[in-house]
Amino acid sequence: MKSYQLTCIQCPIGCALTVTVGDGGEVTVTGNTCPRGAAYGEKEVTHPSRTVTSTVPLEGGALPRLPVRTRTDVPKEKIFDIMAQIKKTAVKAPVRSGDTVIENAAGTGVDVIATKTVPAE
Amino acid sequence: MNRHDIIIIGGGPAGLAAAAAAREAGVEDVLILERDVRLGGILNQCIHNGFGLHTFGQELTGPEYAERYADKVEELHIPYKLKTIVADVSADRIVTYVNAEEGVQTVQAGAIVLAMGCRERPRGALGLPGYRPAGIYTAGTAQRLMNVEGYSVGKKVFILGSGDIGLIMARRLTLEGAQVCCVAELMPYSGGLNRNIVQCLNDFNIPLRLSHTVTRIHGKRRVEGVTVSEVDENRRPIPGTEEFYECDTLLLSCGLLPENELSRAAGVKLDRVTGGPVVDDKLMSSVPGVFACGNVLHVHDLVDYVSEEAERAGRQAAEYVRGGGGDGETVVTLEAAGGVRYTVPQFIRPDNMADSVTVRFRVSDVFRDRSVAVYYDGVRVSKRKKRIMAPGEMEQITIRKDGFKAGIPKKITVCVED
Repeated sequence: MKSYQLTCIQCPIGCALTVTVGDGGEVTVTGNTCPRGAAYGEKEVTHPSRTVTSTVPLEGGALPRLPVRTRTDVPKEKIFDIMAQIKKTAVKAPVRSGDTVIENAAGTGVDVIATKTVPAE
Repeated sequence: MNRHDIIIIGGGPAGLAAAAAAREAGVEDVLILERDVRLGGILNQCIHNGFGLHTFGQELTGPEYAERYADKVEELHIPYKLKTIVADVSADRIVTYVNAEEGVQTVQAGAIVLAMGCRERPRGALGLPGYRPAGIYTAGTAQRLMNVEGYSVGKKVFILGSGDIGLIMARRLTLEGAQVCCVAELMPYSGGLNRNIVQCLNDFNIPLRLSHTVTRIHGKRRVEGVTVSEVDENRRPIPGTEEFYECDTLLLSCGLLPENELSRAAGVKLDRVTGGPVVDDKLMSSVPGVFACGNVLHVHDLVDYVSEEAERAGRQAAEYVRGGGGDGETVVTLEAAGGVRYTVPQFIRPDNMADSVTVRFRVSDVFRDRSVAVYYDGVRVSKRKKRIMAPGEMEQITIRKDGFKAGIPKKITVCVED
């Protein structure tokens, strides 16, 4: 059995959650005051995910950098793999917000997309 | 002299939302003046997600949120001038601006919406001892250098202040390969959102030291380290608690200050607590026809509330230039008492008020299981229990016009009670 201490981020209360995972994989959340806290606690321990945002160099646009993000959240443990791939990427203007910049980033099945429209200069 | 019905000073989230709302309320002649090279303001450098949950039900990044409002302004064909600095605003609404194409221009505005935003409290205002080496930035400056200009600001970073920008930058620097050794916070609680503490610090095992501050900056040419001390309940450093942290960069995330030089020039009365204009329920300042919204009015934690407030200011500016409404004689003062630091608006003109008015405020401390009470001339009219209230999270109450049926109070008091 493993036990984790977390702060719930679903609302400003910030409940101190204790999440235990039994030997059979069963998850118990205590310390929450609402069902959202229980769901958050379980997800944070079983498959935590985050949206990764960064920038890539942009050629031929009015800006030197293009802001990007993963289209949806990705497994937390993939954050640094995705960052490594983002660091090897460069983009040429024009680009539209929502355009794919990296397909299937770090094998997550999630694309990295542009978050700003920059016309060619 | 040229004339415009409504001039909006600032093309950030507040200015864009105010402009669109003024146009949609039927005023054709709206002009936005923006000093940067693009619309969108500070959102352009806030590349992280979390914007727009209330407005769009989605977690957008700053540039995406800004683009939605900038697109709307384009679709409505609202004119704007970029790289244009407003140098002066007078009490009779004459705006003086400067840009490279037109030189110095003066224009008469029917109404003005102040939407200049805020700026960061700089090192000079913090009284941090030490030399003035390279490597000290406000968190927002570092954010701009990294996210917009593409520079790296440092390899080993110490962050003073746990405001949201500092927390966001802790994660950003870590993702870019820098080492963030610690975030120190003078107060016994963080000024940032819970979510940012978890996702920007805890995710990367960055320690947060509450009731600590920097008491010395080391290094002559470049930052070489900082001395950090614990502080007592009066926020004074406790001798003997000094610790040295080696670092090449110090970021400061120690509060935001509404930028009201132009408001002051126009004779707009400012609130000592918010640092922004004193406004009525129509968000009009003490100078007739001059409205304010967004971070120039009071510092917000969510841009969604900025947009909503700015739309209100835009609509009211439109109403003003059409000569509608009128102020009315009666004035109800809103008073912030026990545990409440301020309210916006600071007063209501009930003769011509909307059916309901949203009053936003901040509390002075972290309160658990306390209530927000509202008094009309000393008589309690409502009391609402709150699980938690914190200075970092803006609160709100609604004042309804039909609540004045029994008589219009002279003073409405908002306070925290057991």
